[in-house]
Amino acid sequence: MTELQQGIIILMGIAMVVSAGLAMYVKDLVSSVIAVGVVSLFASILYLILQAPDVAMTEAAIGAGLSTLIFLYALHKTTDKEEEND
Amino acid sequence: MNAVYVTGFALIIIGLWGMLTQKNMIKMILGLAVVETGVQLIMVAVGYIGGRTAPILDSAVPVKDAAEMIVDPVPQALVLTAIVIGVAVNALALTFVVKLYQKRRSLNITDYKDLKW
Amino acid sequence: MIKRLFAFILLIFTSVMFYTIFSNTVQSTELKGVAKQYAARGADELGAQNLVTAIVVTYRGLDTLGEVAVLFLAATGVALLLRRRKEDEVLPLSEDKPKRQSSELLRTGANLLAPIMVMFGVYIFINGHLSPGGGFQGGAVIASAVLLLFLSDINYKINHTVFGLIESSSGVLYVVTGILGIFLAGGFLDNRILPLGELGSILSAGAIPVIYTLIGLKVGTELAGIIDNMRREN
Repeated sequence: MTELQQGIIILMGIAMVVSAGLAMYVKDLVSSVIAVGVVSLFASILYLILQAPDVAMTEAAIGAGLSTLIFLYALHKTTDKEEEND
Repeated sequence: MNAVYVTGFALIIIGLWGMLTQKNMIKMILGLAVVETGVQLIMVAVGYIGGRTAPILDSAVPVKDAAEMIVDPVPQALVLTAIVIGVAVNALALTFVVKLYQKRRSLNITDYKDLKW
Repeated sequence: MIKRLFAFILLIFTSVMFYTIFSNTVQSTELKGVAKQYAARGADELGAQNLVTAIVVTYRGLDTLGEVAVLFLAATGVALLLRRRKEDEVLPLSEDKPKRQSSELLRTGANLLAPIMVMFGVYIFINGHLSPGGGFQGGAVIASAVLLLFLSDINYKINHTVFGLIESSSGVLYVVTGILGIFLAGGFLDNRILPLGELGSILSAGAIPVIYTLIGLKVGTELAGIIDNMRREN
């Protein structure tokens, strides 16, 4: 595994963990949904480095695309203003 | 390779923490989505063998010595199924949240304690 | 407060468990067991170049049938719960804001792009046995094309009859193809009911292109149906 691939893995790993932490921590729901979409997107890049092109295509199309949109539609149906009711 | 394992485990722990402590129902389902991503990442990383290439037998990987040149294809097949089922479970869970909101206008889980004794 | 303490203790315990597992693993250096047999015999027995496709459709075909069933259950549940009945209370949410039609530039661009996206999705699942791809990826791209039309035009409605017909006939034909495997070849969902052909051409690998076409159409229309149910139905 070349140096570039190792570097990309570490960079993507840090970005994914920080995005997931932000998704669970912030109060604004739209930001949380977009952060989980970012986690899926970087996971798709990691699958490509792990030599799994089928899984990378599926994760990019379904995880980073359709799942985020389904969350946003559900959010649109359940709030008047997009912020958390506590 | 260790970096992928550490990332996967960290995602599982962050998602579990979100599912256990958050009060907003949509945040709980977001935590479930993060846990699923972490588990799938670890599964694909277990099947990786260093120095080998993707399991497609085209001109770069001849058929007769395919078993020495490809990574493990079985975890990839399992993760393919798992991703699609994950999105179906998320859609159904969000439908439940929408129906609950239409009854009582609140996304906080502490307002739905009718069945607790 | 006690609940947070319990959650924290559970997470500490889980981390210790992960560390114990992680410190004792050794990355494998060669294929073992089932994977070795699949890699050695997959191309000759099944005629497919993409080994992951061969495993998903034939060696693990029952798992794929179960996945299609789970997806169907989820789509049915969403459609059942979000059906709008006339005697339900009208939600005084932001339905009263007047909706504005999007600009003509956006609509024309989306109408030009959506058939190309559908064609791309069909290309992905027809070439599932030759290059990375397959039914689920192609179905997701087709559902994304329908989603683009939803997002760009507020007057776009899908034809529920046509979508229901495509989805149900694809599912039935998938099971019929599996049952044909019992009579004409080795067992349920065997792909040798059609001739294997030569490795690398598009009409090879027996029934794998047929099965993946049916799965791709079914998954695409199903995901489009889920998205249509979750919009604000009026």
